Amino acid sequence: MSSNAAVAEHHHVGPGEPPHIHHMDTPTAYGAAKLGMWLFLATEVLLFAVMFCSFAIMRYYHLAEFHDASHHLNLPLGALNTVILLFSSYTAAVAVTKAQKGDNKGVIRNFGISVLCGLAFLVIKSIEYTGKAHHGMFPVVWNEHFYEYKNFLGLYYCMTGLHALHVIIGMVIMVIYGILPARQNRYSGRYYTPVELSALYWHLVDLIWIYLFPLLYLVG
Amino acid sequence: MAHSNHHSHDEIGHVVPESLFFKVLLTLLFLTAVTILAAQVDLGKWNIVGALVIASVKASLVIYFFMHGKYENRIIWTYILIPFILLAIMIGGVFTDDPFRSKPVPLQVTQQP
Repeated sequence: MSSNAAVAEHHHVGPGEPPHIHHMDTPTAYGAAKLGMWLFLATEVLLFAVMFCSFAIMRYYHLAEFHDASHHLNLPLGALNTVILLFSSYTAAVAVTKAQKGDNKGVIRNFGISVLCGLAFLVIKSIEYTGKAHHGMFPVVWNEHFYEYKNFLGLYYCMTGLHALHVIIGMVIMVIYGILPARQNRYSGRYYTPVELSALYWHLVDLIWIYLFPLLYLVG
Repeated sequence: MAHSNHHSHDEIGHVVPESLFFKVLLTLLFLTAVTILAAQVDLGKWNIVGALVIASVKASLVIYFFMHGKYENRIIWTYILIPFILLAIMIGGVFTDDPFRSKPVPLQVTQQP
């Protein structure tokens, strides 16, 4: 069999059918993919762990400055973003159940809500960043008046910026691996691995914000 | 996998009812409100302890229910727990350094001729 025929075979899987993966039955392929995703998520947690460690050290040595600086963040907007992200995490979890039941429209609807929530999150985050820039608490437009807050604000921008990047990546993943294939009725109880893995990534984005919000906005 | 014979041919994972996810969402929102209210009271250093405990409860709920952790095997649970253990070792290790430092050190070396 030529390799072209093998490729063609890959593309001619019926709706809801798992792709043909050589030497692996469907449950094994599913388990292996999920294990790989969890390993990747572990490295993602470690990426943020370095920043949380820096935050712990800096906070320990500059407690008063951290306390004052955290009061300059917009708590209502931060709380609103928390609610938005928790809700989007809920709809992402529901999307997996919908996929397992073969409800592709449900996948589109629930992942669609999650993506829109991600967009709302980013809009609110940019409103916050703009407000900070207006008061001279932003890289490039630093105001000397806030010099003692630079330790806190530097970490704030690194952590929320990296988190916002993950929000964007999560939205792209949910569209490419969730919504677009679901439009072709790709998912069923026999095959929904990409939906579950996309949802896992989105939950990680939520998980990191669960720690970022109280540390940055509440206790400083 | 003799175990999989008990399932119907169509099932490869555990189907979690949507109503359970909704209850988890309500709990998460409630805990968020608790965190915000608790931060308004000045408890000194206990503020951050309380905030981190509540955040960890929320994170556990997300992993256990939203991420299907409840239905996962030991290998995946190893992957879930290892990064948190490593983070604890890293932060713990960094702070064991502190008691052995003489502080504050106002750059006395530069004052010598």
